[in-house]
Order: sequence, then C-alpha cells, then structure tokens
Amino acid sequence: MAPKTRELEIHDTAARVAAGTDMEGYQQTTEDLVGEKLVLNMGPSHPATHGVLRLILELDGEVISKADPDIGFLHRGDEKIAENMQYNQFVPYTDRLDYLAPLANNVAYALAVEKLMGWELPARGQTIRTICCEMARISAHLLGLGAYAMDVGAMTVFLYTFTQRETIYDLCEQLTGARFTTSYTRVGGQIRDLPEGFTGSLEKFCEEFLPCLDEVDTLLTRNKIFLDRTREVGVISKEDAIAWGLSGPNLRGSGVEHDLRKSNPYLDYERFDFDIPIGEVGDCYDRYLVRMEEMRQSVRILRQAMADLPDGPINVADSKERLPDKERVLMSMEELIHHFILVTEGLDAPKGEVYFGAENPKGELGFYIHSKGGGVPYRLKIRAPSFVNLSILPKLLEGCLMSDTVSILGSLDFVMGECDR
Amino acid sequence: MDWHLIIAATIKIVVFVFLTTLPLVAMSVWAERRVSAAIQDRVGPNRVGPFGLLQAVADGIKFLLKEDFTPNHVRKGYFWLAPALVMVPALLTCAVIPFGSKLFGEKMVIADLNVGPLFVFAIASLSVYGIVLAGWASNSKYPFLGGVRSTSQMISYEISLGLSIVPLIMIYGELNLGRIVQYQADNGWALLPLWGEGLSVQGWVLTIPVFVSFVIFMTSMFAETNRLPFDLPECETELVAGYHTEYSSMKFALFFLGEYAAMIIGSGLAVTLFLGGWSLPFGWLSPENTEAAVPWWHGLIHIGVYFSKVIVLILFFIVVRWTLPRFRYDQLMRLGWVFFFEIALFNVVLTAALLWWFNKPVS
Repeated sequence: MAPKTRELEIHDTAARVAAGTDMEGYQQTTEDLVGEKLVLNMGPSHPATHGVLRLILELDGEVISKADPDIGFLHRGDEKIAENMQYNQFVPYTDRLDYLAPLANNVAYALAVEKLMGWELPARGQTIRTICCEMARISAHLLGLGAYAMDVGAMTVFLYTFTQRETIYDLCEQLTGARFTTSYTRVGGQIRDLPEGFTGSLEKFCEEFLPCLDEVDTLLTRNKIFLDRTREVGVISKEDAIAWGLSGPNLRGSGVEHDLRKSNPYLDYERFDFDIPIGEVGDCYDRYLVRMEEMRQSVRILRQAMADLPDGPINVADSKERLPDKERVLMSMEELIHHFILVTEGLDAPKGEVYFGAENPKGELGFYIHSKGGGVPYRLKIRAPSFVNLSILPKLLEGCLMSDTVSILGSLDFVMGECDR
Repeated sequence: MDWHLIIAATIKIVVFVFLTTLPLVAMSVWAERRVSAAIQDRVGPNRVGPFGLLQAVADGIKFLLKEDFTPNHVRKGYFWLAPALVMVPALLTCAVIPFGSKLFGEKMVIADLNVGPLFVFAIASLSVYGIVLAGWASNSKYPFLGGVRSTSQMISYEISLGLSIVPLIMIYGELNLGRIVQYQADNGWALLPLWGEGLSVQGWVLTIPVFVSFVIFMTSMFAETNRLPFDLPECETELVAGYHTEYSSMKFALFFLGEYAAMIIGSGLAVTLFLGGWSLPFGWLSPENTEAAVPWWHGLIHIGVYFSKVIVLILFFIVVRWTLPRFRYDQLMRLGWVFFFEIALFNVVLTAALLWWFNKPVS
C-alpha cells in the first residue's frame, strides 16, 4: 500500500480555542452546535479485528464518519523470502498465509509451480488435492462463521463450530502428520498417499458435520436479532464488488457467479457435481448464507471424491525433477544422484512467467512466478484475497454504526496472515 | 430502642445478605460457567472441589491476590467510588424482599416497608451512577462509550420496568411486598390463579395484562443487569470490556459480582411479584394472614421455596445469555422506547379498564 498522509483535525476544544481557529461564530446559536468527533483506535490488538488489523475510526456519536484501515502488523516478507529459496522449500511458508486453510494454500502453490514446469498430476493425486482443498474450505468457513457469530454475541455457535474444526484437525494429522502447519504438497505431488482408514474417518466427519451445521442454522439463520444485525448492513453492490476486485464468498454474496472451480477448472473439479451459491443483496447476511451453503457443497464434493477415488500413483513420474522415493534413494545409485542434485540445486525450472489462481476459502489466492531458470524464483508475487477484500472496508464502514463494524469485519472473513504476507 | 428488634435485624442482614445472597452470587457465577459449558459441549470448571463447586472460592482468592492497578490517567476518587456504587445498591434492595414467611415469630424480611417496589426502584436506579462514573472516570475511549451507552440503556429500560409493575400494584392494591406475597399465597399467584379468589373470571382475565407485564419485566431486567442480549455497555467484541476495561483485581470483581447480584435481586423481585414469593401452590403450608403464627419448619420450607424459585429464574437468565446474539445499540433503544414503553403504558390502561369493569358498582 502506498504511504499516504492524513490531515488530523484538532479534536480538543480547548486546544482549538487556544489556537484561535474557527472561533468566528462559534456556537452563537443553538443551531450551530459544534460537536467533536472522536477518533477511536480499534486494534491492532482488539477482540473483533481477528488478528492484527488496526482501524482508525472517526466517530460522530455512534456513527462512523471515516474509517482508515492500517495493515502490515503481520508482514513477514514472504515474497522476498521466496526469492531466496528453492521452490520446495517455500511450501511451509504457504502454510502461514491463510493459516486457517493451510492445505488449500499448499495445493495452490504446488499447482502454480507445476504450471511453470508444465506438469500434470496423475488422477489419484488430483483427487487427493481436491479432498484437501475442500477440507480446508470447510475448516476455514467454520472458523469464519464461528468468529462472526461470536462478534455479534452468539458465543455458543463459536464453540459448536470449533468442535467440528477439531475433527478436521484430527483428519489433517492423519493425513499429513501435522494439525496446523500441514506442508502437505511438493512440486509434483504430495509427501504421502492417503493413510489407511482415512476415507472412513472423513466419511464419518461428513456425517457428523451436517447435523451440526443444521444446528447452527437453527440458532442463527432465522434469529430475529441476528437478522437485525446483518440484513442491510455492509451492502456491497454487484458493480462495487467487481470494481474493488473482491473474490470468493464476498464476491458471490453480492450476486456475481464467479468461482474459479467452475469458470476456470483446475484439478479435477470438472468431474464433480456441485452448485455455486450466490447472494442477492450483498449484505452481511448474504455472505453468511453463501458460506453456509458452500460448506454443504464442499461435503457434496468430498463424498463424490471419496466414492470415486482413482487408483494409481499420486505423484508425477519424472524422477529427475521430483524427489525420488526414499527406498530407492537408499538402494540405487541413479536415484541417489538425483536426490542429491535436487536437494542442493533444486529443480530445473524453465524460464518464463506464470500466474495461477486457485479458489481458496477466502477468495482467489494467486501465485505469480517469474522464473529466470534454475531452482529459485526470480520473483514470486502472492495475490492474497484477504488483502483485496479488505480494500473495500473504508467504503463499507463509512456511515455505519460503531456496532456494525464487528458485523462487517466478521462477514468479510479475512485473515491477516495472508493480507500482510 | 428495642434491642430485640436490632438484634433480629442484624441477624437477618447477616444471614440473608452475607451468608445467602453473596454466596448465591458466587454460586451463580459457577452455575453460569457450568451451564454454558453444558450448552456448548464443554466440561466447564470441575477441578476445585466436588463438581468444581469451590471454583467460586478459588476465583475470589485470585481476585483478591491480583495487583490492584490504578492507571495514571484516571480520576482516582470517582474511579474508586464506581465499583462500590454498582455493588451496594444491588445489596441494599435485599432489604425489602420477603424471603420467607416467618421463623420463630420473626418476619423473614429485613425491613417490612409499605413502599417495597418503590424502594427497590429508587435504590436500583442508583447503580447506573456506578457504571457512568466508571466509564467517565476511566478517562479512556472504550469505557467512555460503554458508560454513555449504559446510561441511556438503563434509564430507558427503567421506565418500562417501572411501568410494567404498575398493573400488578393496581391488582393487589398494595405496596407492601410481604402482604403481596401473602395475598398470592391465599388467592393464587399472579401468573397462576388456580385457587382462592384467583379462581374466577376476573382472576383469569387479569392474567393477560399480568403476563404482558411479566414479559416486559423480565426483558427489562436483562437490560438493567447488562446481560446478553442487552450487554451493549460491555459488549466485548466492540468495546473490549466496556466501562470496566480499566479495572483490575477486586474492583473488577465488584463490577462482575454486581451484575450477578442485580440479577439475583431482579429474580427475587420477579418471584415476589409474579410467582408467589415464598408460597407453595394452592397455599399449602401458608399462614392464614401475615400476623398468624407459623411453625418453624414451615418457615424453613418457605425460605427454601423462595430460593428455589430464584434459582430457576437465574438458570433462565443463564440459558438465554448463551443462546442469543446481541442487539445493536439503536435497535435496543428502539425496542425499549417504541415497543416496551408503549406496550407497558397500554397495559396499565388495559388493567385499569378491566378492574373497573369487574368492580363497577351495580346500578
């Protein structure tokens, strides 16, 4: 974000008197009562800002007259870091972008590099990645929903959704060995195949998850207080949503039917039958409904994927560019050499520029890679959906009530880890 | 001066306020945590003592041992006064609530005033000063907003709270809470007129305004005690902790406990006015009149009945808190002024009309 300056008024009446400014006709009649605006610093450490977003709100009573988001408190320089390491070494950093859906980030990054390499995964590998993405979507939406509900005061929903997220974390642990920072993918495949009994656990999760979602539905969807808090609040029109470059549920909540899984299919999403929910008004309530429905659709995809899971290899066959299997490294000379070269020098990427965008839970997560050949990217740009989605905040907040801030922030469902990179 | 009276009053104050209500405050904190845990599929505090019952004691010790930090930027005098102003009125209102019939010939009410409800409202409205002062004296923006919100919220809802009990006072024709309970013991509870004079067309028709009053009274009670869905003064997601953001240690605990004390007193008042106070249904074990003698074990049962009813209402408060989202500030004010105020006002007129209709002189 370009640095910008902001003019600050003198908010103290006494100071204004001392400065002798605008005292002409000051409060001469009752009609021109001069009030003061309250500048309220919300964040970076505030329960409603979900991380380290800082909002500078200018309040006229309870009405927000100006909102100025201040980001960057979680900036770690991920893009610069990527320039100094091999493609595979960057995978753990993608875990920490949208840390609510690390599996989806891993997949998006791997797909971007594979696009540069010109590789295509075998069918089983693709389906496994689809399963990963949809699990991540459910997990991220559950947290978004729970935190949103907590922001408007429904604490219980938060704990219901967290119970379900816990099960997803258990599944992640089964799949990758880590609950939070999964680092599951590599360029050209995954670190391991689905473990034994994984589909069974996933099926069990799907069965338990849907009733829980219905329960949340009954607690919120037709609750008068919740409707009052979210309807007609934070309305983003179709045109605005496109103009500000929103993506993901925030864009679809405004009624734009755009989902990269349908419009620009990657992995094997074309194989599956699922709907894209869209909103009508574009208010907080619509965004909530879109997320609820997306979770149901994700379960649909998961069930289809499990029912129709292809057999065969999960990784690309090219053992010169992809890390060879460990047993063969220890047993055969050829593989040992490849392993050594790959670990020390990295894969031999062609020159060129690619962009790949994946439909992540928060929106379009894009990786733009500029390669000048060799194992290290020359430049890696991350298009973080949360960053773009947050850009509409000053427009949305203006004229809202102070209490609407939390509804709007919750409904935009952003992650600062991704926004600040 | 009659020493007997003073000693009896002292014993009643010590037993009712310090040995019953204050522990009940602590226990309702425990109950809140356990019930919310049950609602949310959690376990809740279960480590300290059996079922975690001693958690309240552990919390109390923790509060006492924490550093009592006063920030530099506050107005010290008001800052120190505010927590007391929240807690004291809540406990003062205990004075007029009858918590039993009689024990050893002594009325189970600390002060048998003839203006019970008026006293309660006069004292309870003082607690708004505690919150306003806390918000103002903290000299910080979030507490300030919380304080401003709570001022308007509590004043608005106090009006509907006061108006909601006017119909009852008209029906009872009485302002002495002890005699109101006695009347209910003889003639059916306000909300359950199944025996005595209550078992009549008049008694049944009058339950309509009484029920409306009860709904308004309970809802306004939520607003008065700053509990969800009306906890805007301290709604944690916007205002961090509202008016008590800058408080720590025992001063914070006083705000915290003041909320529960207000909740218990509110429940006590609701029980007294609407649910027959200490009386059992159908007047079982009730004395003939307020002057009649009562065996001591009847007296004990009556005290038990009163507290059981209060506990049921507290559980209702808790369940609501963990089920509903929170109102927005303007919606809350609209609800208070446009709906409750007007319905309560209409309810008064309706009750008056009904009473006139039933009691009009036969010409």
